[in-house]
Amino acid sequence: MSGREAILNKVRAAIGTAPEDAARAKIVKKRLANPPVGVIPARGQLPEEERVALFCLMAAKVSATVERVRKPGDVPKTVAAYLRSRNLPASVRMGADERLETMPWKALKSLEVKHGPATADDEVGVSHAIAGVAETGTVVLHSGGANPTTVNFLPEHHIVVVDAKEIAGDLESVFARLRQTFGKGKMPRTVNLITGPSRSGDIEQKLLLGAHGPRALHLIVVDGG
Amino acid sequence: MQITSPAFKENARRALSDAQLQKALGHVRSGFIDKRQYAVEALPEFDALRDSARAIKDHTLAHLDLYLEAYEEKVKKAGGYVHWAETAADARNVILEICRAAGARTVTKGKSMITEEIGLNEFLEKEGVRPVETDLGEYIIQLRGEHPSHIIAPAVHLTRDQVEADFRRAHDHLPVARDLSEPESLLGEARRVLRYQYFQADVGITGANFLVAETGSSIIVTNEGNGDLTQILPRVHVVVASIEKIVPTLEDVSQILRLLARSATGQDMSVYTTLSTGPRRPGDPDGPDEYHVVLVDNGRSSMLGTEFQDMLRCIRCGACMNHCPVYHAVGGHAYGWVYPGPMGAVLTPSLVGVDKAGHLPNASTFCGRCEAVCPMRIPLPKMMRHWREREFSRGLNPATQRYGLRAWAMFARRPKLYRLASSFGIPLLSFFKGRKGSFRYLPLAGGWTRHREMPAPEGRTFMQQWRDRDAQKQEARA
Ligand code: SF4
Repeated sequence: MSGREAILNKVRAAIGTAPEDAARAKIVKKRLANPPVGVIPARGQLPEEERVALFCLMAAKVSATVERVRKPGDVPKTVAAYLRSRNLPASVRMGADERLETMPWKALKSLEVKHGPATADDEVGVSHAIAGVAETGTVVLHSGGANPTTVNFLPEHHIVVVDAKEIAGDLESVFARLRQTFGKGKMPRTVNLITGPSRSGDIEQKLLLGAHGPRALHLIVVDGG
Repeated sequence: MQITSPAFKENARRALSDAQLQKALGHVRSGFIDKRQYAVEALPEFDALRDSARAIKDHTLAHLDLYLEAYEEKVKKAGGYVHWAETAADARNVILEICRAAGARTVTKGKSMITEEIGLNEFLEKEGVRPVETDLGEYIIQLRGEHPSHIIAPAVHLTRDQVEADFRRAHDHLPVARDLSEPESLLGEARRVLRYQYFQADVGITGANFLVAETGSSIIVTNEGNGDLTQILPRVHVVVASIEKIVPTLEDVSQILRLLARSATGQDMSVYTTLSTGPRRPGDPDGPDEYHVVLVDNGRSSMLGTEFQDMLRCIRCGACMNHCPVYHAVGGHAYGWVYPGPMGAVLTPSLVGVDKAGHLPNASTFCGRCEAVCPMRIPLPKMMRHWREREFSRGLNPATQRYGLRAWAMFARRPKLYRLASSFGIPLLSFFKGRKGSFRYLPLAGGWTRHREMPAPEGRTFMQQWRDRDAQKQEARA
């Protein structure tokens, strides 16, 4: 008997059920088809402007830095200003996300934009989130042809652009949107929910930023996105 | 790993007289309790979420076979492989086969308690595959040849000085004169050393906090980002997870996520919550070419349908040990196996046998704090009592303790006799009373009081006091 059958048989025996119990199968099928929504905290259930404000507040609380800009076209110069303010080289790594691609990077002559997956030498990565979660100040990113996951983890600084109108009150709304985008029960290879820069408390429980992932997380919220 | 749970008493005695350890354990008390408290108080729905999470897990466990099948189907559809491992040995062998097929010499590892449970590191090493732990705490204890002393803070038993000494010993290629006096510099050094390892590794092994039946995704929840680098850089990603990690849907995950970080570290949300579904897709610029899930039973199915089933709701947040006075006093290693604290006291006898771990359910003051903070509402004290009963009925405790407790039981079943005896008993017991209003020694129950203090009765019996209280109430009403 395979490990699979052995385990499933033991589980069924413990529960006291036969494999062909139709009533149970129906219950499971129904839950998977129509996931019941549980308790949603009131915290994030706000009109758009307040929701975005809460998102910014929560992100700052977990040591992300947050900036708001008026339109997508303002993003490249905001990125360049961030690099200058931290004394970083004028070079960023990004995928080929079309929302980023349409921004006027070329207008900034001195800024080098490298495309493709990140390498160990990249200091700054730029990504576009598909959503934000106001409840916790979380940004949501996913992998795909134009979105390497390494950009989110290898560079010391991670800059994430998120459209204000994509900021949801709660996590459930974001998952519902993912389902709409990718189809029911389907997911991109990786979905990253990122809440603040990387940290560790493993030495004497003292919280330190910049463990293995980025030391700094800078969020650019685009209001007219 | 070798089990030293049978020697709990000696372990505990040693721990209590270890000054370094006692200093380090102070950080458990100061580092976790207040933070959790603030985070919980800031979320009015916390208790409602606990009920919701309990219901989700109970539902899942009642339909576990079906959710496992649904999950497997989704993983396969996404191009991943599912391996079923009945025992720890099965799991180790499957993982080794995957490593061999990948020609792996080095594997990086994200933090995972299940791989501790199955003793993966020792095994891989013996078979010529070098495992490198990448979580800072895990990395430190791997350098020391130790095991985690806490399920979310593996190196909580160590002080900064000890970590510095270990780094100087292990990283002897670095300049001797470098400054490692601050925790920041130690973290920076670990980051640089491990960076190189991620790129060297052929296989990355992670655990999973959740397996989602709806999508076939595995989810890891971390703060450092090491788990993510472990799973995106090597060519092969292996997820090792026990069967009770299954949850039905993404909505269900959302409910439990709100409890996990708050209970563990007092964060609203951990830094990285990552959902992985299958291997790299056509056109993806990065990510692993192969994605394997090793589903481990190793004793879980034997807990289903028993009085220990509730333990399968555990999400390994560590809150129970963070709030446990016994854990605060002796630390995690004294428990002698992978899982310490109250959750370990229940789980270890289930997984390795009560004959080896019978001391653990006794290592409790029954203060009830573990149950009060457990986000999954697991009745830990009740289950420890179940183990004691089983142990007692199998005649595993020392004879005097058995006689003493049996005598007590005789009285307890005969209220009149008990009342009579205890009204004599209290003045008598005051002979044995220590200075702080508790007993250091009780006749016939030495097996109990040698390691615990029993509160001394305050002059009158409980029943007398209860009657007086009732009488007062009656008066007040009249
Ligand atoms: S038993 Fe409860 S408190 Fe302890 S680790 Fe498990 S879920 Fe957390």
